Amino acid sequence: MSSYSNTARLTEARRVAIFGGTHGNEMSGVTLVNLWMKNSDEIQRKGVEAKPFITNPKAVEKCTRYVDTDLNRAFTPENLSAPGGDELPYEVQRAQEINKVFGPKGSPEAYDVIFDLHNTTSNMGCTLILESSKDHFNLQMMNYIKKAIAPASCLVLLNEHPLLKYSTSRSVAKHPVGLEVGPQPQGVLRSNIFEAMRVILKHALDFIELFNEGMEFPSCSVEVFRVSERIDYPRDANGNIIAMVHPNLQDCDWEPLNPGDPMFQTFDGKTIHYQGSGTVYPTFINEAAYYEKQQAFVTTRRETLVASAIGKA
Amino acid sequence: MSRRNRKRRATGRRKKQEVAGRPAVNRNIQRLLQASECQAGLQRDKAMESVSFPPQSSIAICGGTHGNEMTGVYLVREMQKHKVDKIGSVSISTVLSNPRAVDVCRRYTETDLNRCFTDALLSSPITDSTPYEVRRAQELNAQLGPKGSEKAVDMLIDLHNTTANMGLCLIFYTADYLPLQIFKYIQNKMSSVPVRAMQLDIPLSDAYSLDSLGKHSFSIEVGPQPNGVLRADIFNIVKEAVDHTIAWLQEFNSGSTFEAGEVEAFTVVKSVDYPRDPVTGEISAAIHPQLQDNDFKLLKPGDPIFLSFTGETVKHEGEELYPLFVNECAYYEKKIAFHLAQKRTFKLPSIHMKKD
Repeated sequence: MSSYSNTARLTEARRVAIFGGTHGNEMSGVTLVNLWMKNSDEIQRKGVEAKPFITNPKAVEKCTRYVDTDLNRAFTPENLSAPGGDELPYEVQRAQEINKVFGPKGSPEAYDVIFDLHNTTSNMGCTLILESSKDHFNLQMMNYIKKAIAPASCLVLLNEHPLLKYSTSRSVAKHPVGLEVGPQPQGVLRSNIFEAMRVILKHALDFIELFNEGMEFPSCSVEVFRVSERIDYPRDANGNIIAMVHPNLQDCDWEPLNPGDPMFQTFDGKTIHYQGSGTVYPTFINEAAYYEKQQAFVTTRRETLVASAIGKA
Repeated sequence: MSRRNRKRRATGRRKKQEVAGRPAVNRNIQRLLQASECQAGLQRDKAMESVSFPPQSSIAICGGTHGNEMTGVYLVREMQKHKVDKIGSVSISTVLSNPRAVDVCRRYTETDLNRCFTDALLSSPITDSTPYEVRRAQELNAQLGPKGSEKAVDMLIDLHNTTANMGLCLIFYTADYLPLQIFKYIQNKMSSVPVRAMQLDIPLSDAYSLDSLGKHSFSIEVGPQPNGVLRADIFNIVKEAVDHTIAWLQEFNSGSTFEAGEVEAFTVVKSVDYPRDPVTGEISAAIHPQLQDNDFKLLKPGDPIFLSFTGETVKHEGEELYPLFVNECAYYEKKIAFHLAQKRTFKLPSIHMKKD
């Protein structure tokens, strides 16, 4: 039976950006983008204009996450329309510039796809971050990538949470894709992490090229981990943390955390247990940058999404 | 078996990255160094008499010398919260060395505090343009030193973390028998993590780090841990090492004799920088996957050390040496990809407390 009538017809993804240095101390993206700005052969694909771009050059120069404020939280409607020019925090100015070049966010002129390259100190392996469960183009791309790298794994984190979702630099594009690879310390470049990110991007660009050339992708199921809750460290009255991620939870991103499992360990060795109502899948466990955001880890729930068949319009 | 179940069964093994695990004892040491440059002297052939030292009654435990090395920051804070100032015969000062850097969770604010303790910097005049860390070093020298004087604390233990897979590593300047005996003691007591010693062959006047203020001092360097991250397993290791050190001091002060023996330590002989672009100075290669996380594993000529971004392998040339501090975050700006060291055996005499 022909599935033509069920195939979503989408426009070509011609304009593609690759962002590195959104956090200036996440070195895989900084290094890859700098490499491709010098020589873009590796990212050339027929029918695709791939633009590598350093989003936060001042932070990259200082090898720090940000200068004034987190660029990857800065793309709110308020910030993007804020007056004030030079008086604005550096990253808000950057967000406005990026929105001009790659957006405007939400408009037909916006870039088709933006890949935003990140590292994490958490043991997340290769993770693709999805911002909408209804983005069938991205779902199909992620399915393609997962199949291409098998048996190596690449998991999909879906952040559609009404409160925990945030305004990322990639959100300027029609199809924003986050790439998060860890564990890697800030300021450090690990060869294996760098090469893994490179391979993921290679497959992502291959997918876009195939799509633009007219290949149709049949409907498929994609397993995702949907962000559920942010869990902070136990803190005292002054806001100082009084316990650490438990050794049994440390490095166990994506593994089931059941009620009663160890979660934190106090400085004198006592265990604090997870008190949730059911099994969750924690991730971003002990990410350095999240201490100040009051987050020891996020919980996720496993879900299977169905991606429509897609083809070029 | 899931990772969590493997963790339940493992005793103290760390599960991250490509952890090398506890290395095998190296049976292919090419040569032992001659004793000439060792200040404490190596008496290789004749039996060594027991050496005495005064009671070790005042110690300082320092954390946050680098503000983003979290284990020391939190251990010192905990000790201060519990008002730890004396344990048995040992009075303890707990010091947050670089509070400004700790506040912003950065290694330093203007200059690396742990390079400010040379004689020259400790005596340099303070002006309006003197960096914060140089001033702070002089304050710490007044509080815990003065360096080289009788008033200095008996022992200064400085707590550090590294992004390199160094396990638990004690760092000394001289082959001082007291810290070496403590190293031997800790090595025998702790089996959950590799315990090693690193020696910097530098005269006291040029000694640049905080621990040089104390009469008998060492740093405890534990990794791998990212900057800004507090890992429970690493915290527990450092806490245990500090507890063993204090226990040793109690035993020493109560008159125990610590037996003669031998320890191996690694003496740094040179450092290797990353390959860099000749025009921009940017690095053009990463530590090779076969070297990454293999600190203390003998590097032979022909072994890969870097993998360039365009896929070429750079190999080690020259003598067989031991790499340390492989891919330490803070060393990119110091143009160090890793140190190379020789392994030396130190014979220790038995030591005991000098009675009045």
